[in-house]
Amino acid sequence: MNVDRVTEKLNILADAAKYDVSCASSGSKRKNENKGLGNASNGICHSYTEDGRCVSLLKILLTNHCIFDCAYCVSRKSNDIKRAAFTVQEVVDLTINFYRRNYIEGLFLSSGIFKDADYTMERLVTIAKKLRTENNFNGYIHLKSIPGASDELMREAGLYADRLSVNLEMPTEAGLKLLAPDKNRQDMIDPMAFLNKEIIQRKEEKKLFKKAPMFAPAGQSTQVIIGATPENDQQILHTANHFYKNFNLKRVYYSGYVPVLADKRLPGLNTAVPMVRENRLYQADWLMRFYGFNVNEIVNSQQPLLDLDIDPKLGWAIRNMQAFPIDINKADLHMILRVPGIGLHSAQKIVSARKFAFLNWDQLKKIGVALNRAKYFITCKSGDYEKRDLTGTKIKQFILAESQSKYLKNVQSQLNLF
Amino acid sequence: MTRLIYDGTFEGLLTAIFEIYDRRLTVVNLQKDGTGSSALFEDELQIITDDARANRVLKGLKTRLSANGVQRVYIAHFAGMEHEENNIAGYIRYAFDTQQNIEDDYGNKYVQRISQIVQMMRREKHRMEAFVRFQKLQDDTYYAAVEPDFNVLPLLIRHFKNRYADQKWMIYDVKRNYGIYYDLHDTEFVAMEFSASAPAGNAIAVFSEHEETYQHLWKNYFRSVNIASRKNTKLHLRHIPKRYWKHLTEKI
Ligand code: SF4
Repeated sequence: MNVDRVTEKLNILADAAKYDVSCASSGSKRKNENKGLGNASNGICHSYTEDGRCVSLLKILLTNHCIFDCAYCVSRKSNDIKRAAFTVQEVVDLTINFYRRNYIEGLFLSSGIFKDADYTMERLVTIAKKLRTENNFNGYIHLKSIPGASDELMREAGLYADRLSVNLEMPTEAGLKLLAPDKNRQDMIDPMAFLNKEIIQRKEEKKLFKKAPMFAPAGQSTQVIIGATPENDQQILHTANHFYKNFNLKRVYYSGYVPVLADKRLPGLNTAVPMVRENRLYQADWLMRFYGFNVNEIVNSQQPLLDLDIDPKLGWAIRNMQAFPIDINKADLHMILRVPGIGLHSAQKIVSARKFAFLNWDQLKKIGVALNRAKYFITCKSGDYEKRDLTGTKIKQFILAESQSKYLKNVQSQLNLF
Repeated sequence: MTRLIYDGTFEGLLTAIFEIYDRRLTVVNLQKDGTGSSALFEDELQIITDDARANRVLKGLKTRLSANGVQRVYIAHFAGMEHEENNIAGYIRYAFDTQQNIEDDYGNKYVQRISQIVQMMRREKHRMEAFVRFQKLQDDTYYAAVEPDFNVLPLLIRHFKNRYADQKWMIYDVKRNYGIYYDLHDTEFVAMEFSASAPAGNAIAVFSEHEETYQHLWKNYFRSVNIASRKNTKLHLRHIPKRYWKHLTEKI
């Protein structure tokens, strides 16, 4: 192996892939049953970048050559940058050797478009196939499908990959037309529909014949870029909801736009990355997937934007004060889950523990409830419900004041260090 | 108050529980041999570990707790955290003194504490599954040195055995001076003598041919995926506390 050349390629092609946010490696149940290498089961983050994002997969582009010219993408044709392309074997070797050292959970492979969609897709599939069949590799493989690739290749990809994704890139069709004139939204939706149909069908087969091959066992996901186009949170979350409902997506990733190019159609180069907004979208997404919230409860035409200063669950609670306080010792799990400051685990523990005895503030705190938020919305054994007559606005002020002072203390101690 | 001194083993702890019931003791203070100071006016009882008695307690415990519950007690014990035996003993006594199964009684202080300890162990186990960095040696063994906060090596065997079935590997706990070694068939516990010139954390002298290349590539990769405009040191440190860095290839 030519170390310098491979190092250079790795630097270029990892750098170009880093804006793609889907790094999760969970949701698959690929076992190591053949005394081979690896398993894909629990999605471990092996490291964290200095910006705090998880590193769990070797996330690279096969190439950053591209015939397209999407305005938001560093690999776009008209961008004057160094180009590189891995060979199939190089990607295989890197994956296996990184995996053996426990650096990664597997491979996330994406690519610029070399010549046409099929030509590129075929190479991605070859890499996955080689890993599975020649190297006995059972680690996680996520392939990003190239929009416009043929059904045949998509089907083959599903046999080797754990997850496939087709990126929507922009939350709406209009946004896509503006920034990626070469691309066509239907070219993204068609393969999603195809995959959805195929995944469901293969699952049925698997129920009948245990030996039926796995097909993309971790399902499909997509990514939308936030803040490059003017869509509001209502549009974004409704798009996500639509794809969750109709295409059985496992995840929608929200990627705050990082300005990398000067272009009239895009936010200026010194625009800040919308990190708080991105975080709020993820929180809202969790509420939809795990907390039983309907998308319209989170954003609607009266409330098209997520609050940036408080999380969406707190936002919902203070807009719906008539639902509170709830008695923690009697309320349904589904209502407990709606209390700000109570997470999935704490809610389950509360429901288990109260079968023994009614819980008081102290016990709730030890169970892991964030009382500084929850106390405004619940009663418990201790009787003295904290702030009975407060309005939602007041509560918001109290909570913000409290977290503000905590924040200030942190800043203070950091300054003291220097 | 009776002070019970035991030898630090799980069997010793269970024997102590047996004594508590046998002698109808109510207020007790359990201590590992050599960790406590002797206080005046305290009755002191030296526990002599007795497998038969320990087994009877364990059997009784199995009728009061689920298999999972018994395992949690065991994990809480071998975590080896200082001065936790009274909480573990408290948990066992609470289980014996209550008719129904108490595992989910998170309002109880012992259940709370055991659940906390098990949670800390789980977290540490998970961290080790993430932060082990193997280095390939000349004899094709993949070697990793670790320094976990708690004694979690035994909890790691299954994970690594399932994952790396086709390579020989060793994970060595430098702090507690023992390791687990997998020879392509079985795993065993091993203790090694390291010299001052070649301490356990350092295997560079016996690296296999391409080892340095891949370490170099990994470091490069780690650097390339960072997005400078999103830098967030606080978050970074929360995920990878500094004490783990010295064994992380990308951080050295
Ligand atoms: S097709 Fe993909 S790689 Fe090519 S410019 Fe568009 S987003 Fe970038």
